Parts: sequence; C-alpha cells; structure tokens
Amino acid sequence: MVPLHYYLVLSGILFACGVTGFLIKRNIITIFMSIELMLNGVNLSFVAFAAHWHALSGQVFVFFVMVVAAAEAAVGLAIIIAVYRTRETLNVDKVNLLKL
Amino acid sequence: MLHLTLFLVFGAVCLAGAINLLVQRHPINSALSLVAVMAALAGEYLLLGAEFVGAVQVIVYAGAIMVLFVFVIMLLNAGEEERTRGSHIALLIGVPGMLTGSLLIAWVLLHHSGTEAVGIGALPGPPKALAQLLFHDFLLPFEVTSILILIAILGSVVLAAKPEPSQEKEN
Amino acid sequence: MTSEANLHLSWIPLLALTGATVNGFFGKRFSRSLVAAVALAFCGAAFVWALVVVSRFSFLPEPVYSEPFAQWIQISGFHVEFAFFLDHLSLIMLLVVTGVGFLIHIYSVGYMWDDPSFYRFFTYLNLFMFFMLTLVLANNYLQMFIGWEGVGLASYLLIGFWFTKDSAASAGKKAFIVNRIGDFGFLIALFLIIQHFGSLNFTQVFDAAGRLPMETAGAGTMTAVGLLLMVGAAGKSAQIPLYVWLPDAMEGPTPVSALIHAATMVTAGVYMVSRSHVIFERAPMALTVVAIIGTVTALFAATIGITQTDIKKVLAYSTVSQLGYMFIACGVGAFSAGIFHLMTHAFFKGLLFLGAGSVIHAVGGEQDMRKMGGLRSKIPWTFWTVTVGTIAIAGIPPFAGFFSKDEILWKAYQNNWVYWFVGLVTAFITSFYMFRMWFLTFFGEYKGDADRHDSHGNDHGHGHGHGGVHESPMVMLVPLMILAILSIIGGWVGIGGRFEHFLAPVFQTGVEAAHEVEPHSSMEEILMLVSVAVAVCGLALAWLLYVKKPQLPKQIAEGMGSLYRAVFNKYYVDEFYARLLVKPLLLGSTNILWKGVDQGVIDAALDGSATGANEVSDSIRHMQSGNLRSYAGWIAAGAAAVIVYMIWVGTR
Repeated sequence: MVPLHYYLVLSGILFACGVTGFLIKRNIITIFMSIELMLNGVNLSFVAFAAHWHALSGQVFVFFVMVVAAAEAAVGLAIIIAVYRTRETLNVDKVNLLKL
Repeated sequence: MLHLTLFLVFGAVCLAGAINLLVQRHPINSALSLVAVMAALAGEYLLLGAEFVGAVQVIVYAGAIMVLFVFVIMLLNAGEEERTRGSHIALLIGVPGMLTGSLLIAWVLLHHSGTEAVGIGALPGPPKALAQLLFHDFLLPFEVTSILILIAILGSVVLAAKPEPSQEKEN
Repeated sequence: MTSEANLHLSWIPLLALTGATVNGFFGKRFSRSLVAAVALAFCGAAFVWALVVVSRFSFLPEPVYSEPFAQWIQISGFHVEFAFFLDHLSLIMLLVVTGVGFLIHIYSVGYMWDDPSFYRFFTYLNLFMFFMLTLVLANNYLQMFIGWEGVGLASYLLIGFWFTKDSAASAGKKAFIVNRIGDFGFLIALFLIIQHFGSLNFTQVFDAAGRLPMETAGAGTMTAVGLLLMVGAAGKSAQIPLYVWLPDAMEGPTPVSALIHAATMVTAGVYMVSRSHVIFERAPMALTVVAIIGTVTALFAATIGITQTDIKKVLAYSTVSQLGYMFIACGVGAFSAGIFHLMTHAFFKGLLFLGAGSVIHAVGGEQDMRKMGGLRSKIPWTFWTVTVGTIAIAGIPPFAGFFSKDEILWKAYQNNWVYWFVGLVTAFITSFYMFRMWFLTFFGEYKGDADRHDSHGNDHGHGHGHGGVHESPMVMLVPLMILAILSIIGGWVGIGGRFEHFLAPVFQTGVEAAHEVEPHSSMEEILMLVSVAVAVCGLALAWLLYVKKPQLPKQIAEGMGSLYRAVFNKYYVDEFYARLLVKPLLLGSTNILWKGVDQGVIDAALDGSATGANEVSDSIRHMQSGNLRSYAGWIAAGAAAVIVYMIWVGTR
C-alpha cells in the first residue's frame, strides 16, 4: 500500500524537473519537452487524487489535459519550424529581437 | 509490498528519465528519455487502476506527440546545444524560486498528510465508465476540445507551410 | 440715524463707476471726443448730483444722514454693510473731490489729447473718482478701506500710465508698495477695533469710544489704534517715513499729480484721522505722535524743496510739507483747521499742478526749471493763474492759504509753541521756494530751446507739431481760472470761525469742548502779522537770489558744500531705504524664495518626479529583453511567490 503523498511527491519532482529544464536549456525543442514533462507530472497528480477520492472525473480531466497538450505541441512545433526558417537557429538566446 | 516495489521501480525510471532530459545535450537524447518517462508514467497509472488513461498515455502521448517531437528534431537537424550566456535572471531568480516552491510543496505534503494509502488498482477506470462521464457530464468540454484540435490543425498547417516561391523571391 | 428722505447718495460713486466701465470696455472703439464726452458726462453728473445732495442735506433735521445699500458680512456678532453716510465732514470732502475732480477732468481732455491711450486715462480717472467717493461716503471702516485700497490701485495705474517707460513703471510699483506698508498698519488697527468694539461702523464705534476714559499713560488700546491708524495715514498721505513714493509719483501725467497727489488721494489720510477723532482724543500720546510727525515732515520736505530743479518735484515736496501742516492741526486737536487747510490746499495745489502742466505743455515737454524763464510774456494766462496759486500757498492775505495756514499756526501755538515755531519756519521756507519757482519759470531770459525746434521732453505726447512756446488751449485754461478764483475766495469761508462752526456737529463730540470759537485775541492778531511778514520775507529772499543777483545761489551752494549736496539728493533717504530694506529683500527673494523654494523645491519636485519616472521606466524596460529564459525565470519566481502566499494563508 502506497501512501498518497508518495505519488504527489513524485509528481512534484517531475514538475520541478520540468521547470528546471525550461529555465536552463537553450534549445527551443528541449524547452518544449520540459513543458510536456510538467504536464505529465500534473497528470499523475490528477490520477492519484482521483484514486484517493474515488472520483472518476479526475481521470476524465487527464484526457483533456492530453488533448490540450497535443494541440499545443502541434502548434508550437509549427512555430518552431517557422522560426527556424527565418532565424536559422534553434538557440533561444539568439531569438531576442522583441526587446525594448 | 508488491505495490510499493512496483511504484518505486516505475518512479525511479521516471526520475531517471527526467534528470537525463536535463542533463543531455543533444535534443534527440532528451526526447528519448522523455519517452521513457511517459512509459513509466503509464505504468504508474496502471498501478492506480486507470487502465484506459494508461493506454491512452502510451498511444497518444508517447506514440504520437513524442513521435512528432522526434520528427521535428530530425527535420530541423538540430545539433548539440551551444553554450551561450543567455540570461542571468533565469539562473539567479528562477531556479531558486522554483526550488523554494518545490520544497515548500514537498514540506506541506509530507508534513500534513496522514497515512492514507492508495490501494493497488484503487479506482478502476474502464472505458465504459469514463465514456459515461465524458459524454454525459463533460459533453461540452469534449466538443470544445474537438474544435480546439481543429484549430490546432489549421494553425500548424499554416504556420509550418513552406512559403510560396514568389514570396521567397521577394524575401 | 436714517432719515426719511432718500438722497440717493449711492448714485454719486456709481455714476463714476459707470463712466469707468463704459470707457473701459468700449473706449478703444470710441473717437476721442466720445471718450471725453462720456468721462466728462459721468463725472459732471456726479458733481451735479453732489450739489443736489448738498442742497437737500441742508434741509434735513439732523446733521447726519445714512443710506444703507447692501448687506455684506453677516456673522453672529459682527456685521458689515455697504452704506453711504453724509455729515458735514464728508460733505466738504465730497464737494472737494467731485468739484476739483471735475475741473481736472476737463483739463485732462486738453492735456492728454495727443496721447494714444486717451481712453485708458479717462477710464482710470473715473475709476479713481469711484474709489475716492467710496472712501469719503463710507459709513464704516471696512468700506473706507475698500476705497483706500482702490485709490491706491488707481494711483498705481495712473502713475505708471506710460508704463513703457521704466522709471514710470518703477514709480508706480514704489507707490503701491509703500502704500501697502501703511495699509498693513491700518488693517491691524481695524482688527483691534473689531476686537475691542465688535463693529466697524462709525457711529457704533465712536459711540462706544466716546464712553471710554482718556488714556493718559500713553498705553492702551486706543493709543495702539491711534498709532496704527497714523501708520496707515502716513502711507497714504506721504508723511515720514512713508513719503518716499510721492516725489517719484511725478512720473505720472500732470493732471494725475494734480488730482491724486495734491487734491484728493493724499488727503484721505487726513480725512481718516479726522473721522477717527473720537479715538484720537482718547489717546493724547497718539495725538502727540501725529503732531510730531506732521511737524518734522513739514520742515523736512520744505528744505528739500529749496534745491529741486524739476518743477513738478518742487510741487511734490511742497505737497508733503503742506500735508504735514494738516497733520499738525490734527495733532493739536484742531481737526476742523486741518480740514480747512485740506480744502484750500486742494484749490491752490491743484491750481499749481495744472499750471505747471500748462507750462510744461507750453515749452514742449521740458520740466527742468533751469531751462525755463521769461515765460510771463509768452503764456500770460498761465502766468497769472500760477501767480495766484503761489501767493495763496505762501500764505499772503487775502488769498486762501493765509486763512487756513494761519488757523493751524494759531491752534498750534495754543498747544505748544514749538509746533508754532517750526510751522512758522516752514512757512518762510515754503514762501521762499514757491517764489523761487515762480521767478525761475516766468522771469528772466528764456533758456530753453522750444522755440528753435520741437523738443521731445520727458512728457509723452508733447512733441506735437507746433513748435515754439505757446499758450495752452482754452479747455486747459478755464479750469485754471476757476481754481484761481477759488484760491482767492476759498479762504473767506473761514473768516470769523465760520468753518469751525460748520464742522462743530462733527467734532464737538470730543471729550472736551475743543477750542471754542474765540473772538480775535490780540495774540492771534500778532501772530497773524508775524506769519504774513515771514511770507513776505520769503518772497523778498527769492527775489534777491533769483532776480537781483542770480549768481548768488550758486555761490551759496558751493559754500555749503556737502550740506547742499545732501539736501539736493533728498538727504539720501531713498538710498538709505534701498540699502536697508530693498536690497536685503531682493537678495532674500532671489536666493531664498526664487532659487531656494521655487527652483529648488517646486521645480525640483516636478522635474524630479518627471526624471524619476523616466529613470524608473528606464530601469524597468530592461525587463523586456526579448530573452525567453529571463521571462521564464520571472514566471518561476512569481509562481513560487504565489505558492508561498497560498501555503502561508492555508496553514494559518
């Protein structure tokens, strides 16, 4: 029998790794993947709570999260392709023209 | 006991994959470790009894989204990451902030939780039950998400389309 | 004290105000004749109505008449209203102001005819009449103060009439500021009166004051009030130490000098002191101070007048001196004598100033007497009228000045022979310098150059086409003639004490029945002869120095050396004030108020806030660096902050 908070701590660690990746990585695609990691961590949290409280809607919500993640991944990668075409680089530090 | 062992195994794989994603320099390696994370998470879901969610995780997330990622990495021929000094703020403020937040949450979780245990396969999630919920209580969000997907398709097609030859000449 | 009949006193000042308003708003578009007609019509109407009022007033049962106009301040326990008041004292002032004022209006039409700001002059002149009449006809101190300030304003506007000239603008400022100092004293006196009597109404205050005992120790509220009122009067009537504005006020056009600085405005101080005689009679120390100030000023100004070369400056110092006489009279308690002299002074000083204006007009703008001379054959009318004025001011019977001046000297002698003696010496000096002016201007050889070409003197608008010394037009001469006649017969109303008797209802409410009308005592007759002799001596000395032996004055001046220079430079009083008061004030103003407060605090605050906003935004704008990772960092930090907050709230 696994206590609930084990799942939650794991979920938290995954989320923290996602945030760290977002902060320290320079390749835009890797940053995107960190976002997916964050979303996964949250999904785990949802499912764990659903099991704890016996509420199935937690799992339904996971669906929606996945749908949104998919849509976002698709559009985001399309943008990355467009940016790569014009700027010839995937280094996020080089794409910094939008400044004051 | 078995439950705990399995949980720890899958958890270890998750963590290893997550940390590997951070550590690797080439994005393809990061993508593959993310696939590993997702697979392990599917295992976790099964442990919690969410069978349909676990299956969908593998099919959609690991099978479609990550494939898309790998595809784009190969299309763009992304190489190893360069070392550029980007931002002081991210390292100086962001990381400590993130650490603070996480540690606080961890402390709360560990401090305030009791010994409630989640049994193995605690809440079965067969497709039938989920479908009941999805198409009755959550019908509207369901339809909205389908529109969302449509928009995403349109958007990505437009954004990623190759520019017209005439436009390229102008550029 | 309201009577049944309604004399419509309010019409008199309001007519003048209407004239000012019409000319002020529309005068620019009127033709010159129309402007003059409007101004003269309204001023003349005021004068005519004043005559009507006077005739009707004599039929009233009581010698006082009060006409309420409107309510003003109504706080519990303190009321002030706009109301008009007439008794014998204000009756005399009313006639003098409207009468002499009207004559000077007529004169100004001729004098200012060539001036481009013709309508502005008459606007201000009518405005002045309005304020002066408000002052004279007021029935409470506050309304009098309105008129007081208003005439100060009109004086500023008219002295600085040719404001493009630096000296004129400065003179206007000086007059206003020095007046203000006096007004401050006046205001404090008003506050004391309110505190002590709870009202500013003349009848109420004087009734209450009449019941007070005499303050002999020289300390007390009435003394304080009296001294402060005297400060105000010293400012307005140009006594020591606040007389310095009057000689500079000669920068204004000559009719202004005649009306404001000879006949009416400067007499407001004397009027105010006479009106407050009840208060002064309760404070003998204040009265002594008044007399001393008057005496010293009279002598002081007369000595300066000996050496002046500008014809208007001589008359200005003469005015200061004669005002000193009026204050001597008030100071010894002979208020009616002071008012008598006020009236005759208005006639002959107005005449002298208008005559001087006529002379200046004749020689094309020159005001320096050393460049005049021999004008008696060229401008005979002016000559004869100015002669009448000179004889009147010297105090030679039977002209007007003799009667009033002698009355003052007699009353002064009865109080303290020192006042009489100084007054006598001043009379000698007055006679001397007035006849000096007369000789220098009209006798001898003409030393000027108006005959050769048009001299553009310091008088605006007098470089008109006709060269040569010429007589003034009729419109300027008729007022001169009328004033000359008044200067001759004006004193005769005082013979046998009739003037004093006339003013008895006003001044008899004093503590003691002041000087009763005595029959001619032998002492009085002796003194009369002495003063006449003194006046004639002055004439003789002037004749000696300026006709018989014209080289003597220069020798005497050189012989006296530094004393002469001191007198010629007006005893350096202006320089003294400048060093003592003006310079520190300007320094303080520049360094503390301008650079310190205005620039350093106010401007710096505004500029600083603008610069600060600039700098803050400048430093913040670097947040938008276009760098994705720093955005992410901020997001993470912000999220952490929110989490911390929520945990903190959740675990409380």
